[in-house]
Order: sequence, then C-alpha cells, then structure tokens
Amino acid sequence: MKPKRAAAIVLRQFYLLRGSPARILPMFAWVAIDVVLWGFITKYLNTVASAGFNFVPAMLGAVLLWDFLVRVMQGVTTAFFEDVWSRNFLNIFATPLSIVEYVGGLVASSVATSLVGLSVMLALATLVFGLSFFVYGLMLVPFFLVLFLFGIALGIFGCAVVLRLGPAAEWLIWPLPAILSPLACVFYPLSALPGWLQFPARLLPPSYVFEAMRGTVSGGAVSGASLTAAIGLALFYILIAGWFFTRIFRYVVQSGLIARYSAESLS
Amino acid sequence: MASAVLSVANLCKRYGDTVAVDGLSFAVRQNEIVGLLGPNGAGKTTTINMILGVLAPDAGTVKIEDIDLAKRRSQALDRTNFVAVYSPLPGNLTVAENLRFFGLIYCVPHLRERIEVLLDQFDLARFRNVKCGVLSSGEQTRVSLAKAMLNRPRLLLLDEPTASLDPSVARDIRATIRESTLEGHSGVLWTSHNMHEVEEVCDRVLFLSHGKILLEGDPRKLPAEHGKENLDDLFIAVAREPLSLGAG
Repeated sequence: MKPKRAAAIVLRQFYLLRGSPARILPMFAWVAIDVVLWGFITKYLNTVASAGFNFVPAMLGAVLLWDFLVRVMQGVTTAFFEDVWSRNFLNIFATPLSIVEYVGGLVASSVATSLVGLSVMLALATLVFGLSFFVYGLMLVPFFLVLFLFGIALGIFGCAVVLRLGPAAEWLIWPLPAILSPLACVFYPLSALPGWLQFPARLLPPSYVFEAMRGTVSGGAVSGASLTAAIGLALFYILIAGWFFTRIFRYVVQSGLIARYSAESLS
Repeated sequence: MASAVLSVANLCKRYGDTVAVDGLSFAVRQNEIVGLLGPNGAGKTTTINMILGVLAPDAGTVKIEDIDLAKRRSQALDRTNFVAVYSPLPGNLTVAENLRFFGLIYCVPHLRERIEVLLDQFDLARFRNVKCGVLSSGEQTRVSLAKAMLNRPRLLLLDEPTASLDPSVARDIRATIRESTLEGHSGVLWTSHNMHEVEEVCDRVLFLSHGKILLEGDPRKLPAEHGKENLDDLFIAVAREPLSLGAG
C-alpha cells in the first residue's frame, strides 16, 4: 500500500472540483435545500403540536444526520463515476494501483467532499433554525462515526455494482439511500414498524443511531452497547463491501469486461 | 543476448467457444522493439490486455523482468506503461493534471521535473493547462505518449500509437521512441497496421493468426523469405491465406 497512489485519486477529485461549478454546487446545494425545507416544517410542527416537545432537534437533526450518510456514500460513488464517465478504467487499472489504494482514494475523496456538505448543513441548521448540536452531547461522535462507516460501505457496494453491470447501473445506485431510509427509522421509532420489518431494520446500523438520537432528545437513557453494536455492524458491512468489490474486480478482469467497459459492451 | 523485459509463456484466452489466444509464447528483450502484427481479431489486443493485467489469461504466464504478473501485479505493472488509441487520457483534466495524476500513481521521483522534461520532449508545453478533451487526436496521442514515458518503463506497450498522427509528427514520435528504447534499456511491444512504420521501427515482428504466432523474424527479410514483395503483401497473405504460410 503506497499512500501516494491513493492521494492521486484525491488530487484528481480536487482538480475536477476546482474547474467545475457543476460538481461543487451539488456538494452543498441539495443539503441546503433539505435543511431549509425541514427547518420550516419542524418550525411549523412546533406551533401546532402540544407544547413541550421540540421537533427541531428530533426531525431536523434526523434529516441532517441522514444527509450526512448520503453525502458520504455519494462522495465514494461520485469519485468512482468520474472514471466511468471519462472511460478511464483501462488507464487506471493497467497501472500499479492496487484495489486497496484505489478504494482508499475514493474513501479519502469522500471524507473531503462530505465535510464540505456537513459544514454547510451545520451552519444553516444552527444559524437559521437554532438547532444546537450540543443537545446530542458526546453521542454525536458515535452518531457520525456509524453513519460515516455505513455510508462508506454503501458507496463501495454501489461502485462494485456499477463495475459489474456497466455505466447505466449508476441509476440503481443514486436512489439506494432512499430505498433504505424506511428501514433506517430516520423519522419514527423502530417500534412503529410492523414486527416482520423490525428484524431487517435492526440489521441497518443507522437505525441504532436514530433510536439513540430520539432517546437523547427526549431525555431518556441511551444504550452504549447498542451504539457499539452499530459501529461493529458498520465495520462488518465495510469488510463485506470490500470483499464484494474485490470479487467483482476479479470477475471483470477474468471476463474481459474491464478492458472493454462501456454502455454498449455491457448492456 | 540481452535479458528479457517481457516473457510470455503458453498464454491462452478463450471467450466461450472462441479461442482468442492459443498457447502464445514469446519474449521482448532489452533495447528491442517487437512488432505484434496480424489482421483484426488475430488476438493482438487480447494479448496486450493480458500483459497489462486488465484481462486474466485462462492459462499461461506473463513475466515482466522475471516478475510474475499474476502473483505480483503492482510490482510488475510498476515497470510497464502503455499507449492505446482506444484509451485516451481523461478529457476533463488538463495535460499537466493528467501527467501529475498518473505520475503519482507510478510514484515517479522528482515528478515536477520529469513532467517538464516530457512536456518539452513531446512539444506539449503550450498545452500544459489545456484540457485533454479539446486537443486534436494527434496532440492527445502525444499526451498519452508522455504519460507512457513518465515512469521510464522497462516494458512499453504501444497499440497503434501513431494511428492518428500526421506523417511528420509520426516520424518524430517513432524516432523518440526508438531513441528512448535504445538509451533506457527498455523493450517495446508495438502493434500497427502501417507496415512501412513496422519496417522502419521494429527489430523483429510476430505475425499472429487465430491467436497463434504464424511467422516471426526480421521485418526487412521476412517478406522475401516467404516469396512476397514487401511486408504489406505478407500481411495480406497472413490475413487471407494463413494456411499457405503454415497455420493450422
């Protein structure tokens, strides 16, 4: 593993972002729209609901945390899609770059881009809607950690799917977070789900984060063990996603798909 | 005899019922330019893809300076580089950005200085900050060649490198490659459909037909040895009448 090679992937992302407003805007524009939309919804709910419950930390905080996960996942997949869009696989994979270095570079790119999105989210939510992250206390650290790790796992999984199925499969990857969100219990407690859906929901690390977040906001106890389990689960998913990507890479090298990767050859 | 920078042994690749490469064995030595020739579908690009590690062989080995590509992929590819007309560099990066990106991947020492040398060598200095996508195809090929020389490869794979160049630029490029091959102790595997170019540049040629080596030898002597007037005629005979030349 040579960090310089992973750094090359990050540098490439920097070059692309530097010269392209179309790439910079989505890093914070959709996040900002989400925060504004949910900020006003929660403010309205505060006026019509019974006094004593503050929707801002419960709902706007949930939106913000979920958006962070989405940004992390899309940070990984977008860096990968740059190679898809520029048909760069032959140039990239005929070099000494290893899979670990390549995926490491995608993850490092995602850290940088998702931090930009997170900063904008925090600034807007705090300054405009009065959401203070001190409400969550130190729990914020495991919250972000779990969501970051699971976002990385989803991103690597998405890259593997597109590598296997071809460029058109990117449209299967963009809505992945939306598909998972009902089971992640972003806006409602796990108990709101029917019994048969609670088991798959428990397999998703974000569901533990949002349960703990609601517990913190309502002043209840938060189980450290459940957050530890969520971190372990998210790490497990990263390992699985890495294994999946490696298997897919070996398959596309064996079958020759990577050497003639294009929409035409793979559809 | 100079040592081999590339050793290919019993290489096989099959796509379903189609045999693309059938027990191919050859070597490329230091300071040698070997032409890999043959009609479309003969197995040239499949062979090059296997040497580049982007296609796994069904059987056989590829060794670059005695390093087995299948076992030590990164170390083997560290000594290799390539240019292929069908694989231009990303058009959304400038010439300098592309060279820096690939230079980091190849961990090129003193990268800044190396890039300057290559920009001068391939007459690209004025395009330094131009996105590759807006360059002419000839200019893009020169950028790809500069990228291919970044790590001073011991093995250089060139898949029709001058296909999109005008004759004047093509001649300069051939001279540059020839010069760096002789100076740098590297070997070159070169595919081309331009037989005049092959005669000018290659020390030895391998004619492929149906994934096998049909003929091998000096491109300047080979046509006469097989009763043909020139390399073009020999190429056409390989493409149309391989059985008359010993295939089967």
